[in-house]
Amino acid sequence: MTVVANSIKAVIAEFDTPADLMHAAERVRDGGFLKFDCHSPFPIHGMDKAMGLKRSPVGYIVGAAALCGFIGISGFIYWVSAVDYPMVISGKPFFSFQAFVPVAFAVTVLTSAITATFSMLAINKLPQLFHPLFESKNFRRFSDDGFFVSIDAKDPKFDAVRTGEFLKSIGGKNIEVIEVKE
Amino acid sequence: MSAKVEHHPETLIQGNPKFSSVTQHISQIVEDKTKMGWILLFGLSASILMMLLGAVGYLLFEGIGIWGNNQPVSWAFDIVNFVFWVGIGHAGTLISAILFLFRQKWRTSINRFAEAMTIFAVICALLFPSIHVGRAWLLYWVMPLPNQMAMWPNFRSPLLWDMFAVGTYFTCSLLFWYVGLIPDLATLRDRATTKIRKIAYGIFALGWHGGNTQWKHYELAYLILAGISTPLVLSVHSIVSTDFATSVLPGWHTTIFPPYFVAGAIFSGFAMVMTLALIARKIYKLENYITLNHLEKMNKIMLVTGMMVGYSYGCEFFVAWYSSNPYEQFAFINRAFGPYWWAYWTMITCNVVVPQLFWSKKLRTNLAVMFVVSILINVGMWFERFVILLTLTRDFLPSSWGWYWPTIWDGMTMVGSFGLFFTLFLLFLRFLPMISMAEVKNVLPQADPHYHVADDHNADKSVKPHPKPGIEPGTAMGGAGL
Repeated sequence: MTVVANSIKAVIAEFDTPADLMHAAERVRDGGFLKFDCHSPFPIHGMDKAMGLKRSPVGYIVGAAALCGFIGISGFIYWVSAVDYPMVISGKPFFSFQAFVPVAFAVTVLTSAITATFSMLAINKLPQLFHPLFESKNFRRFSDDGFFVSIDAKDPKFDAVRTGEFLKSIGGKNIEVIEVKE
Repeated sequence: MSAKVEHHPETLIQGNPKFSSVTQHISQIVEDKTKMGWILLFGLSASILMMLLGAVGYLLFEGIGIWGNNQPVSWAFDIVNFVFWVGIGHAGTLISAILFLFRQKWRTSINRFAEAMTIFAVICALLFPSIHVGRAWLLYWVMPLPNQMAMWPNFRSPLLWDMFAVGTYFTCSLLFWYVGLIPDLATLRDRATTKIRKIAYGIFALGWHGGNTQWKHYELAYLILAGISTPLVLSVHSIVSTDFATSVLPGWHTTIFPPYFVAGAIFSGFAMVMTLALIARKIYKLENYITLNHLEKMNKIMLVTGMMVGYSYGCEFFVAWYSSNPYEQFAFINRAFGPYWWAYWTMITCNVVVPQLFWSKKLRTNLAVMFVVSILINVGMWFERFVILLTLTRDFLPSSWGWYWPTIWDGMTMVGSFGLFFTLFLLFLRFLPMISMAEVKNVLPQADPHYHVADDHNADKSVKPHPKPGIEPGTAMGGAGL
């Protein structure tokens, strides 16, 4: 042991298959844990329900952004074409909205795409290049073929020893306590 | 979607690989030593790219006069190549977005490099209008930016629509592609052995830890990106076609242009995906991932879109006759039997006649046949745009008729754009996972959390029964996708 004090961040356990991971998620949820996560190389169908998670808010955020984008660009085109710089072009009225549809559409789509990407990253707290779980060498297999449950030390029910035993009792292997040098 | 269908999907990936062997196989392409074949191809592409840089450099120095553009053919090779490259991109978006929404799981093997192809094709496309403006350093004038001249762009102009449509298309494709790459970049980060790889993939993986709390938002964002990219497949080339269709020229001023352009775009894009897939599959031994089944499905799409394009050619002729407009009629007779008849019949042969081979199962499952056909289709689709352009040579007044022939600089720029495309594509093959590992793992049968339930019927008692059969597969968001 080094003199540097370590602080416990989480306990992780490995499971063999997607089915085992989902089973474990249900047990951890029923065990009353709130701050836990199930790591897998790909999304597993039904996991949200097994973990007791609500639907992602990304859809509402994108919907609001798309509406703002549409109103914003439409107002801007109107202002440019009919107020600030009115020009008679091929005899069309200044506010010839039919001709404005393509640009308004494109900008609405653009706003939605940018919002979808960046709101997803923000909610996921990305980019965050370091995460305590990366301290575990075995955990790196989450992006290959490993299925892990991690229970965060901030969880009210957390206790490094008993939580580890609990994970073992529901079939977890390679139980590891994640510590980070302070 | 019934649970039964979920449990017995068709075999998408052959050889029944484990999760780890998928990771191993795809990551190795990036991690192994550079293959000799890659170096040779890269050298060739980069040399052609140098030619492009030379041609563009001279163009910027001397001006548009070095090209064959003239009156009446004031748009020439640049618009042909622009439309050609934008069109190529469309198949990538169709595969990544529309096939995702329709839950076509077979797309997982080809979507990554089809999306990459889209991005690189749109880069090539954007090159042409950018250098055709003459003073390329004033390109920002097309954007609605406040300026000291107190001028604003004209939002009624199809050329401005184009700028917005293609700009949006490029940005959305790039975001969609990058979001799809994040979990695979994390895989490469976690496998990295060298410092440079650790840092580079580490930065771009953004700290992904694959927790379901991340996947939940990720999957919804991916679904939304697919949803908003879907109308782009139809809108971008429709808007490109209005560059032509909103003019009053015979042969251009037609309402069939938007759907006709979109069908052609998907047709040529699939042909390009096929060409690239066949080469990559051969070099990197991906026969288990890109199976004959995938290739056959793409050939069927080419057959269908080829027929749509053929129908459009016929329809144009019919409408020209039915309109009783002598200028319109002349424009089409001139296309087929005028001085450029050879371009027209090359187009018909490559786009309408050649794809008919795919009616035969034997031919559409033959690798050599499909490789040749895919290249011929792209030749044909390039000629389609050339034929449309040449309508400009003869419009209303015979006194203003002209002739068009490209110069060596036109040719160098066109060939050079292929150098740009293939250089970017080869860099992609070398440094990024060309097949989406996360998505391929997800379509393996053992990825289904109900996998064991299905096996129970086969009297395999050694496996655990599913703990809680209450959860239906496919009910969660993105159930059958990704």
